[in-house]
Amino acid sequence: MDQFLQHLVNAVILGGTYALLGIGLTLIFGIMRVVNFTHGELYAFGAYTVYFVAAALGLDFFLGLLVAVVAGALLGALIEITLLRPMRGADIDTVMLVMIGAWIVMQNTELLVWGGVAKAIVTPFPDSPLVIGPVSISWLRVFVLVVAFLLIIGSYLIIHRTKLGKAMRATFQDTDTAALMGVNIRGVYTATFAFGSALAAAAGALLGPVFLVTPTMGDLASLKAFAIVILGGLGNITGATIGGFILALVEEIGAGYISSGYRDAMGFLIIIVVLLFKPTGLFARAERVG
Amino acid sequence: MPRRVAPGEVVLSIEHLAVNFGGLAALADLNFTVCDGEIVGLIGPNGAGKTTAFNVFTGFLSPTNGEVRYRGTLLNGLKPHEITALGLVRTFQRTSIFHNNSVFENVLIGLHRRGRSTLWDTLLAMPREKAAERELAEKAYDILRLVGLERRSAELAGTLPYGEQRLLGIALALAAQPSMLLLDEPVSGMNANETGRVMKLVESIRASGVTILLVEHDMPMVMQVSDRIVVLNYGRIIAEGAPAVIQGNPEVIRAYLGEGRKRA
Amino acid sequence: MKRALPAFWLIVILTIPLWLQDQYILHILITTGIFIIAAMSLNLLLGYTGQLSLGHVAFFGIGAYASALTTLGFDVELFSGFRVVHEPWPAVIGFFVGTAVAGMSGFVIGRLSFKVRGAYFVIVTISFAEVTRLVALNWVELTQGPLALTNIPPYTLGFPGLGEYTLWNKTAYYYLVVVVGVLAYVIISRLVGSRIGRAMIALKENETLASSVGIDVTRYLVLAAVVSAAVAGGAGSLYAHYLKIVDPDIFLFIYTVTMVIMVITGGKGTLAGPIVGGIIFGFLPVIVRPIAAPAVQWILYGGLMIVIVFILPQGIVPAVQRWPANRTLSRRKPAGVALANNSNPSDRQ
Repeated sequence: MDQFLQHLVNAVILGGTYALLGIGLTLIFGIMRVVNFTHGELYAFGAYTVYFVAAALGLDFFLGLLVAVVAGALLGALIEITLLRPMRGADIDTVMLVMIGAWIVMQNTELLVWGGVAKAIVTPFPDSPLVIGPVSISWLRVFVLVVAFLLIIGSYLIIHRTKLGKAMRATFQDTDTAALMGVNIRGVYTATFAFGSALAAAAGALLGPVFLVTPTMGDLASLKAFAIVILGGLGNITGATIGGFILALVEEIGAGYISSGYRDAMGFLIIIVVLLFKPTGLFARAERVG
Repeated sequence: MPRRVAPGEVVLSIEHLAVNFGGLAALADLNFTVCDGEIVGLIGPNGAGKTTAFNVFTGFLSPTNGEVRYRGTLLNGLKPHEITALGLVRTFQRTSIFHNNSVFENVLIGLHRRGRSTLWDTLLAMPREKAAERELAEKAYDILRLVGLERRSAELAGTLPYGEQRLLGIALALAAQPSMLLLDEPVSGMNANETGRVMKLVESIRASGVTILLVEHDMPMVMQVSDRIVVLNYGRIIAEGAPAVIQGNPEVIRAYLGEGRKRA
Repeated sequence: MKRALPAFWLIVILTIPLWLQDQYILHILITTGIFIIAAMSLNLLLGYTGQLSLGHVAFFGIGAYASALTTLGFDVELFSGFRVVHEPWPAVIGFFVGTAVAGMSGFVIGRLSFKVRGAYFVIVTISFAEVTRLVALNWVELTQGPLALTNIPPYTLGFPGLGEYTLWNKTAYYYLVVVVGVLAYVIISRLVGSRIGRAMIALKENETLASSVGIDVTRYLVLAAVVSAAVAGGAGSLYAHYLKIVDPDIFLFIYTVTMVIMVITGGKGTLAGPIVGGIIFGFLPVIVRPIAAPAVQWILYGGLMIVIVFILPQGIVPAVQRWPANRTLSRRKPAGVALANNSNPSDRQ
């Protein structure tokens, strides 16, 4: 039972960051219908940015987080403007190829700049963990949990309480009508991609210090993000949040009680099983933005 | 296997057909028949349920209630290609042709059912495969000649003018060996010349023994071509009979006046 | 002229080992040839049938592992007490087993694809390949995991009694790859130019219309997947018995990407496309390796991919085919039409 509680707590913490990954991708995938292979690379980019600011430059850790999120948004916007915008209207497999090309370039640039050795990020939190009954959590993880929740709430607010959010929801429902109503579709797409990328970068920035930072850390993140999107329904933030927690829980339980080697397979198995039985996704009727 | 019918016998029977989308009844208790060799016109204002009916008859939509039978065989639950195999073939108003293939290739694709070669015939390049291909090619040219597109056979279907694309759509359906053809607004968007061409084609198709059910908004065309008219409104039949009778029917006129006269 | 062209290239290909001394280049030719076969099989599924399968390396790897395990033998416990023991079989049988097992997994993917569409299908196929990799990595009893299956014996061709020939050297292997490659090409080109091929193309272009003229969409999707997977599995077997070692890295997404690059930049939906794409991306590393670090190489490939897709979205082969038509402006023929009046779909390149 104690073990189970520990797993549960770990799952909640991991789930928060997974939710960020999922929310970012569900917005991009849902609104723009792009199979975004670079999502994992933004995750890795977030982690490396924190490393750069905090470890390499020796500046404040929290500043590193902030820079990671902002830089993630800018990078996302850059990708959208240079690669996706010219490809509007092309075949889906053509766009996929461009995204794959971008992914290859990004990952290998990271490899070139930082090398393949895993990097560790030192944080200003105390080493001894917080202990509540049978469960122990490091202070870093507590911080991660809190920030993740704040960002999830923030995302929800942006989508539902701002003009931009309204524009995004309109574009998701019916692009043509939204355009006729005066919504700047090009702007919405760029903003969506930037926002989603910022969330991915945030997830990477938060998890970077928890695990290690490697050039290939983005690959699994991408796939897991897709699993979460499929679980939660395209464009559905609530669904992505729940999906993130479900995935984390399945991983933790699976790794703890079945086999840790297959931990990462859990996400893929979820994808395959869900789509086998519900080809349109678990919450197909819940496909909406928000 | 669909039964053979004597001329004049019922080939298509629709009984108590109903289709509900959520709370909306697209079709409500539809009952009618089509007899062998007839040309029946299905008309009605927009939203009356005509396209829904076609989609149910050809297996693209499952009815909430009711039965559709073709030559005695129950069509409910069958997939589109299975219904085509029974001899009931439809055309489409919008997605009517394969744009990226030549006109000739389009008809060749339509002739798919006529071919009998297996995977092994193909892989081993058996002589009977080559003979079969030649036969299909000849048949394709026959059909192109029938619809009047033989001069366009090498051109890309997507580059054809609209009227000829619709003709190609009919050629595609003919290639699938129909004993009954469902034409979905065959002359929509066409000028007088093109419409006349299609009307002649419809007559010659019927003369070759194919029963026809068509949906149309072009009143002069459908009145002239059909033996019998069925009028749909709000998913129900409100009138049925010879064209002359229908044209004078006050209920029919009311149904159309309700949303504006349409070239009647 | 058009019919003579493939024959000409075939003669060139057959005579290469006679004058090529460099064993390294020969090695590159062999591995590139194997990847071209895999790319051709992907083209059948992606290019002709329009299925966005990004897990193709799974079939390649399954073929490799199945062939290796058939040849090496194995002894595993499936569940408590139930052991499965297999004695080593000749390598040639491994080839057929690899092809068959891969074909069967193609059947599974084919049936799946009927239900799952578009971008979701892409994700499912990628997931399938990843799961296969993780199984190969973790089911150590069967696959040796990361330690890899080693000492895979080469093929031995021949008839007992008449004499046997074991393929030890590169030249022999080169010819084997050419033979299998030609076989694969013939299978695919015959399939594509036939009534079955037309059905596949039709369902790629417009599924609704295809089913309305009587084409059983599921059946042809599954057929395309099975043939495509089987050919990829055969290529995988060739790979395993050539390198004599196979490890879970064979399932890495990057190999699928390589095949996809070859098909799409060469020209999906054309017979020559994967070959042209294969040659370019097979030999690019050879040219680039001496002058750049691996990471830089990959940045180059990624960039090149993006550039080609931007400039020639249909791929290289269709652009080359269109070139003469574009130059003669007086003849206003629609692009892509090179058919005479008595056109036969099997003439289509």
